[in-house]
Amino acid sequence: MKQGALNFSRWMAGTGPDNDIVISSRVRLARNIEGQPFPCLAADETTADVLKQVGDMVSGRNGFIDFSFQPMEEMSALGKQALVEKHLISPLLARGVKNGAVLLSRDEAVSIMINEEDHLRIQIILPGLQTEEALEEANRCDDQMENILRYAFDERYGYLTACPTNLGTGLRASVMLHLPALIMTGQINRFLGVLSQVGLAVRGLYGEGSEIVGNLVQISNQVTLGQNENEIIGNLNSVMRQVIEQEQEARQALLDKKRAELADRAWRSLGLLKYAQVMSSQEAIQLISDLRLGFDLGLIKTVDHKLLNELLVLIQPGCLQLLAGKELGTAERNLERPVQIKKALHRFQMKE
Amino acid sequence: MLCQECQQNEATIHIVKNINGKQTELHLCEKCAIKKEELDFSFEPQFSLHQFFAGILEQGLQNSRHEQDVANLQCPSCGLTFAQFSQVGRLGCSECYKAFEKRMKPLLRRIHAGTAHTGKVPLHVQSRVKQRRELAQLKDKLKLKVENEEFEEAAVLRDQIRDLETRMQEGQKDLLDKGEEN
Repeated sequence: MKQGALNFSRWMAGTGPDNDIVISSRVRLARNIEGQPFPCLAADETTADVLKQVGDMVSGRNGFIDFSFQPMEEMSALGKQALVEKHLISPLLARGVKNGAVLLSRDEAVSIMINEEDHLRIQIILPGLQTEEALEEANRCDDQMENILRYAFDERYGYLTACPTNLGTGLRASVMLHLPALIMTGQINRFLGVLSQVGLAVRGLYGEGSEIVGNLVQISNQVTLGQNENEIIGNLNSVMRQVIEQEQEARQALLDKKRAELADRAWRSLGLLKYAQVMSSQEAIQLISDLRLGFDLGLIKTVDHKLLNELLVLIQPGCLQLLAGKELGTAERNLERPVQIKKALHRFQMKE
Repeated sequence: MLCQECQQNEATIHIVKNINGKQTELHLCEKCAIKKEELDFSFEPQFSLHQFFAGILEQGLQNSRHEQDVANLQCPSCGLTFAQFSQVGRLGCSECYKAFEKRMKPLLRRIHAGTAHTGKVPLHVQSRVKQRRELAQLKDKLKLKVENEEFEEAAVLRDQIRDLETRMQEGQKDLLDKGEEN
């Protein structure tokens, strides 16, 4: 990535069904190659061999046109961090597992991690609520890979994975939601308990162990065995419909009672994003959430979803440093952040 | 309701904590909630699925009568022991599932919706799996017909099953022959 330019991932377009609440939908399939130990226990030669097989497959095209193949060892620390911040690779892969790599489609909707916890992690991220579409695309990639590779599979247990929590379909579908009204009114707590009872997990913006910031919540399936792919996605979607409806109701109630306050908050957030001189990522993420809510409620019209998603990504430490073109400490980042936010807002205004 | 902390703003955030049966309630305005960092709705700050999972496994180990035998269970293919697996929550290779099967099943039952895969099947085993699923269905039907004493239909089904079984055996042989050639 060049200085001053941030590659846009497809999910950042901010389009798609229910895009006023659902930021993105992600589907990933965990796959391993038959007869090879899983990456964590494999000898370096084995993971190197897996890496080579995938590399050869890509250079022979095999349907992977317009994909870039990036071994982790050849990437800069910042470049890797930026991919994590865009949810394209996992922190584990970025930390530098031996012979790790990512196969990335040009529009960054498809990212295939190699030698992460499993030999292959096929991942699709689309904007809005598009879990079914993402599964379709994942299946297409899966079938293409299978033309070349032979997967570890057991008739009873399905696709064999390093962690038994992924066994069977190897499918993890997750939806990133913006739930300011449910969180503000405390109703979110009611959901948390119920969700785990129906086999779903709730996490913050950056997955396992991350806290909820900026009113962004990730909901994903836990069960991967005993249900087929369509059942898993269907279950997730029907719960998502409920959550979306509840959030819409809570927003309407807020709008009826606190219209002026919400508009004020959104405009103040825009003001701070435009004119502040020092800003932490924590503050920025909250301001972006307030602005997003104002936009989605029709209280402010000078932004759009694409801009909001761009801001959400560029305020993160890795992307920020990439944009600045140099490494920065925390204090320096807090100075650089407003600079880059202003630039993005300015670019957006110019286009309008 | 006013915020318990500042007693000025309306409390918009209500937190009910239940720790070992002891319930505490907190009613805060957003500002104070942020200050108190109670806005963290995740289950635990550093919750890790692997650790949680490894925890369950270790418990299983302790409850086991043949504790040492179980811990010493070893995958013949990659050498991972069950004790090691219990600690990291990850397996070493696909053979581990067979090696630890007895211990693994109750666990799978606890974390999944069942212990049988019903989803996608890779292309290279599709026909075999399809035949197996078909065979199981035919056998079920046969059982039903015999129970209902519909012997003529049962005989037809029996022939179909024999046919299918022969075809499957031939397929298996083909596969083995091919394997030897390689």
